Amino acid sequence: MKFKHFALTALLFQSCWAWSQTDTTSDLLSLLGEEDPIIYSTATFKSTRVINGQSIENVAGGVMDFRISHRFGTLNSGIHKFYGLDMASMRLALEYGITDNWMVGLGRSNVNEEVDGFTKIRILKQVESGPKKMPVSLSYFGSMVMRGTAWADPTRDNFFTSRLFFCNQLLLAKKVDDKLSLQLTPTHVHRNLVATSDIPHDVFALGVGGRYKVSRRLAVNAEYFKLLKDNIPGATNSLSVGVDIETGGHVFQLHLTNGSSMNEKGFITETTGNWNKGDIQFGFNISRVFTVKKPKGFQE
Amino acid sequence: MKKIILSIALLASVSATQAQKYFTRNGHLGFFSKTNMEDIKANNESVTYIVDWTSGEIQISALQTNFKFEKALMQEHYNENYVESTKFPKATFKGKIENVNAINIKKDGTYTANVSGSLEIHGVSKNYTTKATFKVSGGHVVAETKFNVKCADHNIKIEANLKNNISESIEITAKADLTELKK
Repeated sequence: MKFKHFALTALLFQSCWAWSQTDTTSDLLSLLGEEDPIIYSTATFKSTRVINGQSIENVAGGVMDFRISHRFGTLNSGIHKFYGLDMASMRLALEYGITDNWMVGLGRSNVNEEVDGFTKIRILKQVESGPKKMPVSLSYFGSMVMRGTAWADPTRDNFFTSRLFFCNQLLLAKKVDDKLSLQLTPTHVHRNLVATSDIPHDVFALGVGGRYKVSRRLAVNAEYFKLLKDNIPGATNSLSVGVDIETGGHVFQLHLTNGSSMNEKGFITETTGNWNKGDIQFGFNISRVFTVKKPKGFQE
Repeated sequence: MKKIILSIALLASVSATQAQKYFTRNGHLGFFSKTNMEDIKANNESVTYIVDWTSGEIQISALQTNFKFEKALMQEHYNENYVESTKFPKATFKGKIENVNAINIKKDGTYTANVSGSLEIHGVSKNYTTKATFKVSGGHVVAETKFNVKCADHNIKIEANLKNNISESIEITAKADLTELKK
């Protein structure tokens, strides 16, 4: 008798419990105990370049970026040179993402007949939200440039290594909010051959850059590379301002700058233009991306 | 004798209320946008689904950043401009299989049922009803459905100059191979 009562009560309770279960299981998903996902900051900059210098962005894995860059002559060159537009320095490049975090590139500049090869590797990724915290993104950039011009003095012993230049950079970036991103770029440049013995082989510089997004498709950028020692005759600090215009697969970067070189060792250590004197050059970078290796699930 | 019957009833009801949840963490959600200019397709293969066969409740959760596109730039634009993944990281569905009793998960076969509920994308919820199939075989239930979502219904704005590239009506496909959730 007692057991019967107990059992009946238990059954009743249980069916009530089952009912209440069905009425209140509004969060079934929580049964699986999923933790909050890590959301990384993306699109800190629109392009792999802030303007001249590298940005924290990489080309995605399997994607080829074909880049055409021009720097025209100085605006103060007057009407006979059509304010600089008659002259153009050029760089053509193919840049490829081996993975999402590792890219390489090969470029050719007509200034000093230079070929540059580089690699860029992500080290840290800024975290927007989630169980892990990371306030900034960090990447390493390294490049080598080979100058192709005829030897200045063909009568002496000339070595191939004298044609080489190297650049190491750390890219430290912060996406402050949806619109504003900032970047610090400590830079080391090594030149194997310099004109005289009192000109340094190693040059250190600090770059600062930023972008402000005006709309989904338009951003304003600025960039400055400060040479840490004033020991390169005639060299000025590289200063550039510009806009990024994004369409489907293209990014157009239009800017004003004070140098002609489009590789790192070039615009950081060989810029001679002075903004105050009107040595301002119009320039553009056009980036067109092609998906070379389709991601999983999209291969034919 | 009564004791035994009651005990069995008790036991049976206990197991009946507990063994009724199926789930997966590797479910599929895909979408497809078709215009004269281009087709855009994206797949997410790590979607969480959970179904309670007693109540008929079904819930789905997908991380926006896990949608993979053919072109990396599309993926970036999707997350940055359209669904704003940093603000709204997840798309979720909370709903009910209307005639859940018509599905016998103990008996192999293909069943159809209406699923209705609220889908939240880009922080905006809207109710949908869709016909889904449930294929039961050997402890697995493969649930599958297809329906359309309008971007504007979820406050996703397509720029005027891209109306030719991105369809206003997106076809959503859902597929999940569910197995029993063991506690």
